[in-house]
Amino acid sequence: MDFDLNEEQRLLKESIDGLLTDSYDFEQRKKYMKEKGGWSKTVWLKLAEQGLLGLPFSEADGGFGGGGVETMIVMEALGKALVLEPYLATVVIGGGFLRHAATDAQKAAHVPGIIDGSKTLAFAQLEKNSRYDLFDVATTAKKKGDGWIIDGEKFVVLNGENADTLVVTARTKGDRRDKTGIGVFLVPANAKGVTKKSYPTQDGLHAADITLTGVEVGPDAVIGNPDDSLALIERVVDEARVALCAEAVGLMDESLKTTVEYIKTRKQFGVAIGSFQSLQHRASDMFVAAEQARSMSMFATMANDFENAKERSNAIAAAKVQIGKSLKFVGQQSIQLHGGIGMTMEAKIGHYFKRLTMIENTFGDTDYHQRRVADAGGLV
Amino acid sequence: MDLAFTKEEQAFREEVRSFFRDNVPPDTRRKLVEGRHLTKDEMVTWWRILNKKGWGVSHWPTQYGGTGWTSVQHYIFNEELQSYPAPQPLAFGVSMVGPVIYTFGNEEQKKQYLPRIANVDDWWCQGFSEPGSGSDLASLKTKAERRGDKWIINGQKTWTTLAQHADMIFCLCRTDNNAKKQMGISFIVFSMKSKGVTVRPIQTIDGGVEVNEVFFDDVEVPIENLIGEENKGWDYAKFLLGNERTGIARVGVSKERLRRIRDLAGKVESGGKPIIQDAAFREKLAACEIELKALELTQLRVVADEGKHGKGKPNPASSVLKIKGSEIQQTTTELLMEVIGPFAAPYDVHGDDGSNEAMDWTAQIAPSYFNNRKVSIYGGSNEIQRNIIAKAVLGL
Repeated sequence: MDFDLNEEQRLLKESIDGLLTDSYDFEQRKKYMKEKGGWSKTVWLKLAEQGLLGLPFSEADGGFGGGGVETMIVMEALGKALVLEPYLATVVIGGGFLRHAATDAQKAAHVPGIIDGSKTLAFAQLEKNSRYDLFDVATTAKKKGDGWIIDGEKFVVLNGENADTLVVTARTKGDRRDKTGIGVFLVPANAKGVTKKSYPTQDGLHAADITLTGVEVGPDAVIGNPDDSLALIERVVDEARVALCAEAVGLMDESLKTTVEYIKTRKQFGVAIGSFQSLQHRASDMFVAAEQARSMSMFATMANDFENAKERSNAIAAAKVQIGKSLKFVGQQSIQLHGGIGMTMEAKIGHYFKRLTMIENTFGDTDYHQRRVADAGGLV
Repeated sequence: MDLAFTKEEQAFREEVRSFFRDNVPPDTRRKLVEGRHLTKDEMVTWWRILNKKGWGVSHWPTQYGGTGWTSVQHYIFNEELQSYPAPQPLAFGVSMVGPVIYTFGNEEQKKQYLPRIANVDDWWCQGFSEPGSGSDLASLKTKAERRGDKWIINGQKTWTTLAQHADMIFCLCRTDNNAKKQMGISFIVFSMKSKGVTVRPIQTIDGGVEVNEVFFDDVEVPIENLIGEENKGWDYAKFLLGNERTGIARVGVSKERLRRIRDLAGKVESGGKPIIQDAAFREKLAACEIELKALELTQLRVVADEGKHGKGKPNPASSVLKIKGSEIQQTTTELLMEVIGPFAAPYDVHGDDGSNEAMDWTAQIAPSYFNNRKVSIYGGSNEIQRNIIAKAVLGL
């Protein structure tokens, strides 16, 4: 049992923290938001230069063979700096599908572009009524010759505006809420029949609603079994949840630090407001919440390697519950302790709060995952 | 990073578990499961079994009878002990006064007291809190005056846990009235059978008697019963309180209770079906289990850190463990109350005589709920723990 980073992991942490300290303060971030698609190509290429975009891919695929802990380190750092670039969509999720189920040819076509920063991906999964159920898929993929024709509507596709390739979940068989008959398809973003409506999200990222109308793809578009890929989707989304937990831990760390600094310097009644016990206790409770979240983020990271799929997803669901509760408390209290200034766009704390808030509602909120744990028979 | 215990650690867990299975008296275990109070005899019998095995004072240095276990082994032992469940060693002797004596006491004191603590030949109690000195412990007033070769002790202690069983007390006494309040305190041990010691039981809201008031009226104590240096008692008290870090989370205790809740919730009906099938209840239970898992991981982080980097200074993480650990213990007793519903009300009319098995198990649930309100108050209230985090961690 060991919770320390090894030497290589420590170096990785230092290198990404260093990179973001240099190129990602709050003012720089505002500039990046105004670039095309809402993030900085320059920063993205810096991440590529440091090998971070190839981190989880095997050495045979041109990557560095990093595991869950490495992704946790990166996501925590990205959270701490409130990074806009599409690491989750491209490397964790898009890369996850490629790592777990792609053929050598598919990997050869997509992985090098991810690693060198020239290509980004987006995960087109959410539908109007699917909410958090990954098996709830109305989008269809119908066989045509060797290939497929895809029809459907996908919503809130993160990085949908900029992505070169969309990873689309679509139903090849059965009814909307059947657990079988679901496939995963790689669709070029510029394919005929793909239309996008792009918009900024509440937390400063960019997303798109995407309509697929008679989109034709070849046989090489299918990742895994076109008729039975729910387990694959669950696996990759579990990894995305773990990554979001780590990102939230980074966000909470920075929120707490910023808030404590603020109450140490803000004076009222002639003294720093941090000298008041009610504020001290609130900050202590934020610390407790953040530590409990960190523990569960570590747990989820390690649980990701559990061989038993049920135990794995139960553990990750539990982590998402703890992170959801902690982030709500830390986020809300950060604003409260900042007082009026916390309500303004100028202060960075509100932006952390907004990103934290959106994480709770991504890939299952606290209630959703609590129900999953309860239905699985608990966690003792 | 790695969650797994080593093969040797897993084998150790098995060894501990099977020792408990073979050696904890079944009645003792049953009473603990049901939240009943044990008799002095039941506790001492078990502690002597443990001591005979060599596990009575497991965390002491080996020259005084400790085991030399790693911090992970200690963790495993405690978890198994709490979740079996078996009575935990008497903290006042084993975790509190024992370490003070082997760290600050002289050779004579070590020889005299340590073996008797290990075998519970002496039952120790803690003379810290006073009516006017709770969270502000350093304001204590109990006085020890030097007269010839004796200390003359006058004053009053309170919340003295199980003093009714005690043979010995370790006591914080004021020995210098002129010094700053923390600087004039000494750590003195003496017999509870001494002339002038009076114990008055305090009945708590659960109906039990765990705590007492203890009065000292010109109690004469030999001068050599001072531990360490005169007026350094506050340092020893801080050492003593900071010594116990990871056990305070009582993860094993809560685990055992959650298993019991699951078991009972599968039997007790609500709306014509077991209450475990009620979605709202099940989710509340899951929520508590998730909190406990997070706490267990936090505790493991502290254990792993101690194993690697040594114990060093008191770790503020112990405040996190205390706050969350006590909250979760309280939640588990609330859930038990919810499971039994209207049968929470009857007082323990059936006693423990086994005359009505159907009702026996319900009788201690409300008392246990009432009793567990103490866990966020004792050992430094949760508000004091928040002060500690604010100061020691956040620098406020």
